[in-house]
Amino acid sequence: MELAKIEKLVVKYENAETTLREEQILRDYFVSDNVAPHLQEYQMMFVYFQKNQGETYNKTIQLKSKKAKKLNWKWLSVAASIALLVSVYFGKEHYEKKKVEAQFAQVQNALMLLSTNLKKGDKAFENLYVYENTVNKIFKNK
Amino acid sequence: MNQSDFLKVVLPFKDKVYRLAKRLLVSSEEAEDATQELFFKLWKSKEKLEEYKNVEAFAMTMTKNYCYDRLKSKQASNLTLVHSNYKEKDTSLDKKVEYQDSVNQVHKLIEELPEQQKLIIQLRDIEQYDFDEICEMVNMKPTAVRVALSRARKSIREELIKQHNYGIS
Repeated sequence: MELAKIEKLVVKYENAETTLREEQILRDYFVSDNVAPHLQEYQMMFVYFQKNQGETYNKTIQLKSKKAKKLNWKWLSVAASIALLVSVYFGKEHYEKKKVEAQFAQVQNALMLLSTNLKKGDKAFENLYVYENTVNKIFKNK
Repeated sequence: MNQSDFLKVVLPFKDKVYRLAKRLLVSSEEAEDATQELFFKLWKSKEKLEEYKNVEAFAMTMTKNYCYDRLKSKQASNLTLVHSNYKEKDTSLDKKVEYQDSVNQVHKLIEELPEQQKLIIQLRDIEQYDFDEICEMVNMKPTAVRVALSRARKSIREELIKQHNYGIS
């Protein structure tokens, strides 16, 4: 390939006007060993492009395992939230039960107190009745 | 579309996806993750895949978008992948040795280009897509693509000349 033509193509290349075929011509020229010194920079570029094309992805592409992993996470979170809900529910129930028990005990105490005090009153009344009876007896006897 | 059909369609361009991801994300681990993630995404939307005329162009667009998203989230979390330490031009010994390695040099210059030019030069000069395909992939008008490409090529060459002269003086 004569130099004049390459120089023309290089200008076109810089203006992004070359076709893929023309770029292939440039590629072939610059990858070869005898490149004109003033076009050295292009050689560096084209050699780099060439080398970069050889880079490959060597790992196997996985289509399923990752899906399973994702699914697991989803179900795990669902299970965790259900467990949380259930425990909150039962915890609440237990708490309420405790509260009711405490209230019951309190009420019982209060009633107990009331009844003992009432009994005291009853006794006083009893005494009063006894007193009245005796008074009656005395008056009747007279 | 079963698994082997799918692989038959997508495997031919897996290296291109990987190289584009590496160009944009810089690190090869990130690029590997991105490639894996991308093919997984394609597999999930395999029903839709048949509607596209050009699955490869669609995949490249997805790669581009995915990488930009990754970069954005990295930047948001202050973990930029972009190496900014190449610009300082002290004449330490290893720097000079580095500059002698022309392949490295071009690589770094491309890395310093604006994202869009980086993307387009990758698609054109390395993957050799024609302009119609590139327009489709990057969602730009042909003239805009040409302008970006021209700027990218010129600035790489200018930088190379600068560095070359610098080495001599």
